[in-house]
Amino acid sequence: MAARSFSFKAPTPMPGWGLSFGIMLTMLSVVVLIPMGVLIWRGFVGFGAVGMWEVVNRPRVWNALALSFRAALIASLFNLVFGVLLAWVLVRYRFPGKRLVDAAVDLPFALPTAVAGIALTALYAPRGVFGAFILEHFGLRIAYTELGIWIALIFVGLPFVVRTVQPVIEEIDRETEEASATLGASRLRTLTHVILPRLAPAALTGFALALARSVGEYGSVIFIAGNLPNVTEIAPLLIVIRLEEFDYDGAVAIAIAMLAIAFALLLVINLIQIWSRRRMGAV
Amino acid sequence: MTDFPARTAPTARRWRPATTEPAAVKWALIGLCLSVLTVLLFAPLIAIFDEALRRGWAFALASLAEPDAQSAIQLTLLVAAITVPLNAAFGIAAAWAITKFDWRGKAWVITLIDLPFSVSPVVAGLLFVLMFGANSALGAWLVANGFPIVFAVPGIVLATLFITFPFVARELIPVMLEQGRAEEEAALTLGASGWRAFLTITLPNIRWALLYGVLLCNARAMGEFGAVAVVSGKIRGQTTTMPLMIEMFYNEYLSVAAFTMAGVLALLAFVTLTLKSALEWRYADQLATTHRH
Repeated sequence: MAARSFSFKAPTPMPGWGLSFGIMLTMLSVVVLIPMGVLIWRGFVGFGAVGMWEVVNRPRVWNALALSFRAALIASLFNLVFGVLLAWVLVRYRFPGKRLVDAAVDLPFALPTAVAGIALTALYAPRGVFGAFILEHFGLRIAYTELGIWIALIFVGLPFVVRTVQPVIEEIDRETEEASATLGASRLRTLTHVILPRLAPAALTGFALALARSVGEYGSVIFIAGNLPNVTEIAPLLIVIRLEEFDYDGAVAIAIAMLAIAFALLLVINLIQIWSRRRMGAV
Repeated sequence: MTDFPARTAPTARRWRPATTEPAAVKWALIGLCLSVLTVLLFAPLIAIFDEALRRGWAFALASLAEPDAQSAIQLTLLVAAITVPLNAAFGIAAAWAITKFDWRGKAWVITLIDLPFSVSPVVAGLLFVLMFGANSALGAWLVANGFPIVFAVPGIVLATLFITFPFVARELIPVMLEQGRAEEEAALTLGASGWRAFLTITLPNIRWALLYGVLLCNARAMGEFGAVAVVSGKIRGQTTTMPLMIEMFYNEYLSVAAFTMAGVLALLAFVTLTLKSALEWRYADQLATTHRH
């Protein structure tokens, strides 16, 4: 045992180690690791932390970063609440067309983002069906404002929470709910005190996935956003603009800032998740 | 609940199990969900075809026959034809190495495979511009030797590979973990070669999960926009994929052409969803329980 603990791989008669590990490591290196390494190296060694800070610490960049993260948070929070609700409806209730609805939830995964972008813009532009209606009755413009970005990001992140929570609801045995009801809890109290805590870790996982996806989202947003600097210009678009100006250092700095903030956010969510799992006990 | 004498006959009151919500609440929730989905999912889908057919079928189909549109469709098919098999090969190799052997740092490698999920598509494109762009030494050398990567097809393939990287592996790893190693070990004990064990035991066991991963990988490969937009250079007729063509048509106010091509991709999404749902209904026990994309 002591000798084995120093070796990299436990001995086994299973064949194909060299081939499978080799293909995996080669492709992982060529496609992910080396390119990511080049980005980090370009940023910290080639350009320097001070230089990057100077690029990022400008109002236009801060506004773009703040917009990207704010809109992603709002959209993911909406998807967190709506996703749990929809997962509940899809698992517990029977209604006509349920299978179709269940399949359609994955549409944002299957529909290319550019297609979603122009379709949402067509609907929510001031002349579109929904856009005209909302403008007339509520005096609100959706497309070409931050609201449009929210709509696009809600679309993009819609399936994540539903798909992580659904299997957990399916696993809940009715006995716990019956026990809660027998002990005199109202249905609402059972839902908030028995069911929701069980769904929390999965819902948070879905929330984190939706957030990670919508922070960096580009294709569905740029059509509906209006792309006005400081107002509706998202961070990924600013990277594209820097690249079109051949300002590679600027693009690298914004990209690294985005990665850093995204990882910080995901770390926080992971910590909350560990905490909620611990509170729930060993599940 | 109340002590008042019931005004209606007791039988008129429907008995409700303690583990369901009142019917009114149930139907209100269903209604709410359906309205949100209508506004967010179904309406955009209808809008695509409505806009595409605004000037009739003939006009819409004619826009697809244009040389630029044709070359965009061909390029998208080519990129998917290269990316998807590479991704499937990687997914199978990674799942084999991860589930059939015990080694250190496995968790780290799984995290790294997942990394592209949390990287913006635009940043993914930027990675390859930095590596192979004309401003890097390697890129300049490659261009001088007649093998440009950025603003050419290889760059589009690389960026698409990055974006779709976790799709197949993520689908196979949980399924192969659950199936364990006993069946392969039995085959090896009985004298089967490694390849034979893989082809006759592992592959049939994972075929539906593999197909599921390939389906989603293909949908994303054909539809990727941000990463491809950054590396392609958007040269008309050469490095313009279907999603990029949609953007070009749209920005040139060629609305019918843009939405017709969008309609083609929407039909692809339909096919993907239909096959995916069919797999989920028929072979749920042979697929991963949670899908992360």
